[in-house]
Amino acid sequence: MAHDSLYAAPPTAEAEPGGGRLASVRGLLGSWDAVIVAALVVAVLVASLTVENFATGRNAQFLLLDLMPLALIALPMTLIVITGEIDLSVASMVGLCSTLMGQLWLSSGLSLELICVLVVLLGAVLGAVNGLFVTGFGLPSLAVTIGTLALYRGLSFVVLGDQAVADFPADWTAAVVRNIPGTSVPVMVVPLLVLAVIFGVVLHATAAGRALYAMGNNDQAATFTGVSVARTKFWLFVVSGAVCGLVGIFWTLRYASARGDNATGLELTVVTAVLLGGVSIFGGRGALLGVVAGVLLLGVLRNALQLADVDANALTIVTGSLLIASVVLPNAVADIRARLHRRRQRQPVAS
Amino acid sequence: MSLTDAGAPERAAGNAPPDPDRQRRGLTERLLAVRELSLLIALGLLVGVTALRNDRFLSGQSIKDLLLGCAILVILAVGQTLVIVTRNVDLSVGSILGLVAFATGSLFLSAPGTPWPVALVVGVALGALCGAVNGGLIAVARVPALVITLGTLYAFRGVDYYWASGRQINAADMPPSFLRLGNQTVLGVPVLFLVALVVVAAVGFYLRSYRSGRELYAIGSEPAAARLSGIRVGRRVFAVFVASGALAGLAGVLYAARFGTLDAAAGTGLELQVVAAAVVGGVAIFGGSGSAYGAALGAVLLTTIGSSLAVLRIDPFWQQAVVGALILAAIGLDRLLALRVAARLRGRSAHGA
Repeated sequence: MAHDSLYAAPPTAEAEPGGGRLASVRGLLGSWDAVIVAALVVAVLVASLTVENFATGRNAQFLLLDLMPLALIALPMTLIVITGEIDLSVASMVGLCSTLMGQLWLSSGLSLELICVLVVLLGAVLGAVNGLFVTGFGLPSLAVTIGTLALYRGLSFVVLGDQAVADFPADWTAAVVRNIPGTSVPVMVVPLLVLAVIFGVVLHATAAGRALYAMGNNDQAATFTGVSVARTKFWLFVVSGAVCGLVGIFWTLRYASARGDNATGLELTVVTAVLLGGVSIFGGRGALLGVVAGVLLLGVLRNALQLADVDANALTIVTGSLLIASVVLPNAVADIRARLHRRRQRQPVAS
Repeated sequence: MSLTDAGAPERAAGNAPPDPDRQRRGLTERLLAVRELSLLIALGLLVGVTALRNDRFLSGQSIKDLLLGCAILVILAVGQTLVIVTRNVDLSVGSILGLVAFATGSLFLSAPGTPWPVALVVGVALGALCGAVNGGLIAVARVPALVITLGTLYAFRGVDYYWASGRQINAADMPPSFLRLGNQTVLGVPVLFLVALVVVAAVGFYLRSYRSGRELYAIGSEPAAARLSGIRVGRRVFAVFVASGALAGLAGVLYAARFGTLDAAAGTGLELQVVAAAVVGGVAIFGGSGSAYGAALGAVLLTTIGSSLAVLRIDPFWQQAVVGALILAAIGLDRLLALRVAARLRGRSAHGA
């Protein structure tokens, strides 16, 4: 870290143990969290000034509602990626939970409250299956969750075929899109914030949270320090499934439609948001604040460009470029700095 | 076939074992370990059971459809094998296929007289260029290919949509000689499938017999060790991504020839099917093992399941669920075999000590 001062870099806010290279990147950029938050602020300002209808209450409501599934799933995904695993089956779990909710509502005669509880439990069971394969049988989570991605999506088509269930009670479907009285902020933001705070506290302020970083850096070392790696990872997958159950309910009620293809492809957007938020795909590094900012940045950019009449599908250029830039830039900067460093070291020897 | 021939001398060599029980177990394990063989058995069972229910499943037309249906997935799975063997993954193949397919259509639209071999070369070159973008970014960023190719999955698809801007290219816009390529047969075998066979044979032979092919396995087994032993890891990985892109480009041209109608959504979501085919085909997702033949058989198996379910009158909605269960079974089986081999090796070395 000592050589940082040579380049008049801004002092690092927190001296996290990240190794020389990473520390120097942090030195230059402040921290990735700060960069993403700054980018978010700039994006909001520019969009408000240049894009018509962006800075309206109605748009804020839609923007937040559209982001809800992404933001909710990104919370457990952050924890999972920090431990060095990944869960690609999330969107399929949302789809299966949604169709089961539709099927139960259609044919079981149970009350909707009970059905919601059952759906969240079902999500937890689906997540437990992932967790069992990954921790119980010791299989790579990437392969396992590609398998369950296909399995759960297939089952969600088995449940309802190509039919849709749409006759949910109007007071329920209206409730999920309602605003907090007097504002243009949807009520649903409250549970999201509560969950975000819980996940943030667990990750950053408890021993269990520190253990997640330890696992991501080195599984075996974490085991030797007394962390029960397998059990923790298993429960993370269960939590991920349960959150997907919640999202399944939200998705179904918001669009008043339970269909087999609900949330198709969402898994890649979630992973993009998490990585954009500064979480390392190798595990062991990242913070929840960055991820929340990453989710919002993704949402604001998409929303603003859509309002500016850019084709929604062409917008994926933005998503992809952001993701690539977020991993390429820090490394490129570190490379340039390392090269400059070497050159400066060589000069005194030559003279 | 050649696989059983290869097994025969091995069995003959172990002719006088001390323990017959041990030999039998060794044999079943070896048979299971040759993934190509167990895949062929699974494929045979599937075709057999389906044909029993409906003998038209083995009619010439039905087999032709089956071969036509799997050709594109086979080519992509073989390209993916090259990448996965080096402990990387290429998620952008579906988007490259879509982009190249649309580019091929546009080429015929803007220059109607273009002979199809030119279109083929242009498509493969465009695919290779996309692959070079992947490989270059991975070399610069030194992050897992998963992240970069996830990004280019979106980026290439976005370019495709931006370029197409809602347009559709129809079969009428393409020369008949090109479209015939997609449906023509030679001795009853579709040309598309023959192309796929050539790709499988070439890549399979390369991986097995060329020095640089073996180096790919070394890289996938342990990149650090490979680097220390003098393998130019960066260059090999870059080349692998170019090759995967080129094969996706080839698949894109063939896609255009086969379907004729093209919009920007062609090949969406194909990447996970391709990875699934490779994994079912015994290509270990963390590199270092697997063959192009296995991946190709995996692709054929996945395609056949789709047609079998229809013939067996099972709700086609089950197809994806079956594919998922198959992936889980395949990786579970691999893990089980690896554990048993490891246990046996431990036991043997304990004996020796």
